[in-house]
Amino acid sequence: MTTAPATIRRITGTLVEAGPLPAAGLYELALVGEHRLLGEVIRVQGSIATLQVYEDTNGLAAGEPVISSGRPLEIELGPGLLGAILDGLGRPLPDLARTLGDFLVAGGETSTLDQERRWHFEPGVIPGQVVGPGDVIGTVEERPGWPHRILVPPGRGGTVLQAAAGDFTVREPVVRLTDGGTLALSHRWRVRAPRPSALRLPDDRPFLTGQRIFDFLFPVAEGGTVAVPGGFGTGKTVIEQSLAKWADADIIVYIGCGERGNEMAEVLNEFPALTDPRTGRSLMDRTIMVVNTSNMPVAAREASVYLGITLAEYYRDQGYRVALMADSLSRWAEALREISARLSEMPGEEGYPTYLASRLGTFYERAGRVRCLGAPEREGALTLITAISPPGGDFSEPVTQACLRVAGAVWALDPSLAHQRQFPAVDWETSYSEYLNRTLPWFEQEAGAGWGDARRRLLELLQRGRELKEIAALVGPDALQDEDRLILDSARLLRELVLAQSAYSPTDASSPVGKTLALARLALALHDAARTALGAGRVFERLDFAPARRALIALREAGADAWPAAVPGVEAAVALMARGEAVR
Amino acid sequence: MSTLARSYQGAAGAAGPLLFLERTARVALGEWVTIRLPGAADRRGQVIDAGETMTVVQVLDDTLGLAPGEATVTLTGEVANAVVGRELIGRSLSGAGRPLDGLPAPVGEALRPINGAPMNPARRVRPSEFIETGVSAIDGLNTLVRGQKLPVFSGPGLPGLELAASIVEQARAPRGEPFAVVFAGIGITARETQGFLERFARSGALSRTVLFLNQASDPTIERILAPRMALAAAEFLAFDAGLHVLVVMADITHYCDALREIATARQEIPGRRGYPGYMYTDLATIFERAGLLMGRPGSVTQLPILTMPDDDITHPIPDLTGYITEGQIVLSRELHRKGIFPPVDVLPSLSRLMNAGIGKGRTVPEHRQWADQLYALYAQGREARLMAAIVGEAGLGAQDRRALELADRFEREFIGQREGGRRLPETFAAGWRLLESLPREDLTRLSDAVWEARPSAEPPSSPAAEPAR
Repeated sequence: MTTAPATIRRITGTLVEAGPLPAAGLYELALVGEHRLLGEVIRVQGSIATLQVYEDTNGLAAGEPVISSGRPLEIELGPGLLGAILDGLGRPLPDLARTLGDFLVAGGETSTLDQERRWHFEPGVIPGQVVGPGDVIGTVEERPGWPHRILVPPGRGGTVLQAAAGDFTVREPVVRLTDGGTLALSHRWRVRAPRPSALRLPDDRPFLTGQRIFDFLFPVAEGGTVAVPGGFGTGKTVIEQSLAKWADADIIVYIGCGERGNEMAEVLNEFPALTDPRTGRSLMDRTIMVVNTSNMPVAAREASVYLGITLAEYYRDQGYRVALMADSLSRWAEALREISARLSEMPGEEGYPTYLASRLGTFYERAGRVRCLGAPEREGALTLITAISPPGGDFSEPVTQACLRVAGAVWALDPSLAHQRQFPAVDWETSYSEYLNRTLPWFEQEAGAGWGDARRRLLELLQRGRELKEIAALVGPDALQDEDRLILDSARLLRELVLAQSAYSPTDASSPVGKTLALARLALALHDAARTALGAGRVFERLDFAPARRALIALREAGADAWPAAVPGVEAAVALMARGEAVR
Repeated sequence: MSTLARSYQGAAGAAGPLLFLERTARVALGEWVTIRLPGAADRRGQVIDAGETMTVVQVLDDTLGLAPGEATVTLTGEVANAVVGRELIGRSLSGAGRPLDGLPAPVGEALRPINGAPMNPARRVRPSEFIETGVSAIDGLNTLVRGQKLPVFSGPGLPGLELAASIVEQARAPRGEPFAVVFAGIGITARETQGFLERFARSGALSRTVLFLNQASDPTIERILAPRMALAAAEFLAFDAGLHVLVVMADITHYCDALREIATARQEIPGRRGYPGYMYTDLATIFERAGLLMGRPGSVTQLPILTMPDDDITHPIPDLTGYITEGQIVLSRELHRKGIFPPVDVLPSLSRLMNAGIGKGRTVPEHRQWADQLYALYAQGREARLMAAIVGEAGLGAQDRRALELADRFEREFIGQREGGRRLPETFAAGWRLLESLPREDLTRLSDAVWEARPSAEPPSSPAAEPAR
């Protein structure tokens, strides 16, 4: 029986109806039109399939051919991913620039991994050894200091017949099995399916961000999830970039999902020039970028977050601690909404499809600290940090609410703090972390005893400060008791000197936990000292905070190694205050 | 796409700006269409939904009296193209590219699809070249750089267009390189157009400007085209002819309303306030066409102007714009009422690329600290002003009183400025005058080094001289 070749029946925006495609399955790929644009089947009705096309559909005409591939959207995983800059479909953007020029016109075909390059493979298995899913069969030094562990793909296994060291391209067989099968340096994985792991581990280890307000007040566990909602101009992108630079993770996957081209240019310009504080090498060596700017095709934007998290899972499976930054999930949700509307699906809240929350939930659940599948035994973690851009800064909208329901920590950004140029502009009243209690023992152990106490006192003082500020707004600060004026002043000092942190400061962009604790403890000690001075009969107006402030600034601005030397200076100023001698 | 033109007699239906065709062959998305009716001028349209059984054409001209059954519809086999070239400079064209100045249609150097294609992010150059606009609120506190898209959030009756005109007149390229202006008027009134043109003509800016004018009385649908025509022209001037191009687009609110009108005519499911759900993506295809490319000398910088309905910054139009653009310049009705020009409210204003464009070798090394200090004090002063409204000035603390006074002076002396613009050193001097009026301990954001090195700090030996500015 012969069927007529499939052709385009209708084009509306990025959606194409084509037929006859009676055998098409959901989420299978097809090549659409004469320029062979990539599309994915998202609906099948009889012999007509609806495809979402990942590239610009302008100029595509009804009647052009459609070829079904029978395969879902996949990514080739293997050495050569570190340092890569990929679009939402996994195509390296520098390669596209070579074939298409400076502008991304539709129809660029290229593979994710360099097919020419030879990698030196050192086998870790011997003939006769039985290998199963996730087992490490050998290593490739992908970048200096980053052994890339070659894994038996999930679902595969057998007895090793032959494994030899040598230089191979990514698809050449490096291990032969007795059943005639072969294993290569790379394998393919469908991006919408989570990669399996052996066991989920408890989230009791913090993921250190180097940002005081996060580590100290709203910590996230390794393998945890964070939602960062904030209106425009509240500093989401700067936070994501700071974390990509300074967070304590082995590998960073950064998804620019529907974001600005110039911002991506900034990241692409800056990252290769920055050094990773732990390896001394370029930050780009441990980073993978997935870039789908707001003007690139919307269907590819929808796919890009799955591509990014699959890359992150792949390195997690090798036993690395991976941080995934997604900026922003709202743009992803909007892509979902756009596609749903074109499918004429019944809309849910604010036009978003009703499956928004379940899709988001499935995505967040791909994070976690795990024992990896296969031997040797190893642990990996995937920590997920997602920016959310609520329209009008209104957190009650569906995307923010859906994310809040599943995220373990929330760093809520506040425009009024941003307007005062207080960064990170985190509102400590609406932010929270569910990892607080489970990570506290680690902080008490590693950063120093008193971490939990200092945190509690600091929050109390901030809270009291906010209440007093409201009263002061009614009666004027002069009408307050001296003790209350001190609380107002101390709350401000904590905000400005302890919680504020400049992403552009050469020495304070990242703060070690020891320094974070020292700053908080000393600022609180200053408050206590001033209270003592008031108790001894000093007048608030006459207290001179300037020397202590200067010493605290010096401590804050001291680098990762230099800060302990700045502590005595603050202690001296605090002691002066306690003795009642810091007066004007 | 390489299809020949095909003509059809009679269309199946029409609604608002849309025309429906049945049984068309090989019709392409975005294909250009001409519609002929006996006794009427040809109309043009574009395919927005291409199908074998039903095709939807968006008509770019007035559809008044368009009888679908009588029309001869020709599918031209071409996508919407714009004639681009250096000869466009000094010309005045309609939103669809027809000459408005009585001269023949431009021949141009190339034909470019008006939608353009996204720049490959890996080929972009990070914008970092300072542009002096002559406006202190921008140069000093929200610096504009080449390749940036920095919109002006105006309100009904606020001088957004005047501010844009001032910038066009005063803007200076860092090294005096060749530059051009592309102006897209989108649904603006004849009065606004007139005012803008007169200023341009007076200052001589017109001779280096390409005008695309879609006025309030022109077809709504043409508003969708005008910014894309302008950007196609700008991209050619920038990336083929090597010019630095400033694109001014006013008013984006009219553009969005046109988008909504078409979406409604297509019976699409509306999003917030009736605007289509894809408005973010659609606006991004306009705003993201700003930038610089590796190995190409020119640049496209965008200065879009939009009107916030009811001064509401959370309205979908300013909201979505702010998420795409690299900051925003927000105008304030309160300052406007006080007679301050330009009435820029610096607190919600922001330039995301400022850090890349300022500092040593670009403006002055202390620029960041100086700006942060002014920001912090002004924010404090504004807060004190609110408090003073309740408890009275006498109820404020001494420091709050000083900040309040500074906020008043800041608005009058720094934000407010006369016509003609301020050069950068004058902007810095104006800021320092305010800062120096306060005791040093109020200036918590300034390091000692910056304070000691301020321009007016005289070396101890020389006598205090009147600064010659």
